[in-house]
Amino acid sequence: MKNFEYFEPTTLAEASLLFTQEHAQLLAGGTDLVIGMKAYTETPQSVISLQNIPGLTGITADTDNGITIGAMTKVREVELSEDILKHHTALAEGASEIGSIQIRNLATIGGNIAHASPAADTVAGLLVADAQVDIASADGERTVSINELFTGPGQTVLKPGEIITQFRLPSPASGSHYIKHKIREVMDLAFIGVASAVNLQNSVIKEARIGLAAVAPTPIRATEAENLLKGKISTPELLQQAGEAAAAGTSPISDLRCSAEHRREMVDVLTRRTLQIAIDRA
Amino acid sequence: MAKHPVSLTVNGDEHDLLIEPRKTLLAVLRDTIGLTGTKEGCSTGDCGACTVIVDGKAVTSCMVLGVTASGKEITTIEGLASDGELHPIQQAFIDTGGYQCGFCTPGFIMASKALVDENLDRTEEEFRHALGGNICRCTGYTKILEAVLQAVEEIRATS
Ligand SMILES: Cc1cc2nc3c(=O)[nH]c(=O)nc-3n(C[C@@H](O)[C@@H](O)[C@H](O)COP(=O)(O)OP(=O)(O)OC[C@H]3O[C@@H](n4cnc5c(N)ncnc54)[C@H](O)[C@@H]3O)c2cc1C
Ligand code: FES
Ligand code: FES
Repeated sequence: MKNFEYFEPTTLAEASLLFTQEHAQLLAGGTDLVIGMKAYTETPQSVISLQNIPGLTGITADTDNGITIGAMTKVREVELSEDILKHHTALAEGASEIGSIQIRNLATIGGNIAHASPAADTVAGLLVADAQVDIASADGERTVSINELFTGPGQTVLKPGEIITQFRLPSPASGSHYIKHKIREVMDLAFIGVASAVNLQNSVIKEARIGLAAVAPTPIRATEAENLLKGKISTPELLQQAGEAAAAGTSPISDLRCSAEHRREMVDVLTRRTLQIAIDRA
Repeated sequence: MAKHPVSLTVNGDEHDLLIEPRKTLLAVLRDTIGLTGTKEGCSTGDCGACTVIVDGKAVTSCMVLGVTASGKEITTIEGLASDGELHPIQQAFIDTGGYQCGFCTPGFIMASKALVDENLDRTEEEFRHALGGNICRCTGYTKILEAVLQAVEEIRATS
């Protein structure tokens, strides 16, 4: 690992200012950054730890604003949170799929999203929660919908100096589910990730949200499939149409891990499967 | 580059050190403090050999920068025995033959320790899943699981 200057600011303003300098990198749990530094793919001259800035950790629930998750919250805490398990089951399930317990005790949800890996396991759950991403910098604050955060693999709209402070989840779902398509039971990266969330009223689907990871240059919502489902009662035919519509909206790549055809086919299968389980849970 | 003052509590002993920011917690424990029980396998977070307990949570110490652990309480394999008596998990690994070359053993024991401290009521399947971040190239895992389950019984019986 190349050497670097290490900073532990105690305010966001100070951190943001340090982060605007050239060759600076933020450190949260380190599970992406430290690996990158060991491999010399990341060679920052300064590393700015967020761990001593107050207010960035923890999960709070209130009736007006729903659930808020601090960016520095460990994914292990997201996985075990009663509030998230109840209202955003797919997100808790996604968090529980990351690496091992030892990794999840280090990795933060903010880092999982900011790193912008197409296969990040919390992204589909945040998409179907309609998460709002609060961002702070020395210039002020702004909010970006999770839908608009990613611009490509490893790329986000975050500018130098901008720090994610929290994720707000205003829209609970009565039923949701995430499936990570993978080979090994643990310690594997997703071929694709699919989350579905629904709200039902007298068995009618009032609202459906479908989030897809690793099937396009950025994580996407399957809006056509969502619109198909709205106002209808679930039948096997309807779920099949939704699965096909979701698959049609993807543009997956072929890589060492699997082919584009397989990815697209599995979007269809896993959209149906996650929808069925989300509806059963609702 | 400037070295940083770091105070760590390791197995109850305080250490005031000056360390380079690029040193991992694993390197600080092994090279600076001289506690070589914690092992370095993959160095990429995948094998669990470097597992230690930081403020009650099991983490892979190869992924942690030593400077970030300042002020924290760390337990390594050397800190488990008390008054010359092995921890029930250590004893169970010996009794069942839960190790062969022993390279993965400190990591397995520390990961298991954090699990049983958190919750003794896990099924064998749940322990198997929860230990998925630890890799052993020798035993085939059967004896390791046996050791953990035996330790759970022992801890239940004496608590
Ligand atoms: C062995 C292993 C297995 C893994 N398996 C999986 C897996 O199965 N699924 C999965 O999704 N991931 C997996 N990961 C990656 C996962 O651990 C990371 O994506 C993690 O969530 C990143 O969080 P962190 O806190 O460790 O980030 P760090 O490594 O500290 O930071 C990563 C990047 O995010 C930026 N960043 C961090 N926090 C913020 C913030 N608040 N605002 C702005 N930018 C920020 C930093 O600048 C840095 O570039 C694995 C990693 C390892 C080592
Ligand atoms: S050496 Fe740390 S996980 Fe393998
Ligand atoms: S006993 Fe040799 S690696 Fe596990």
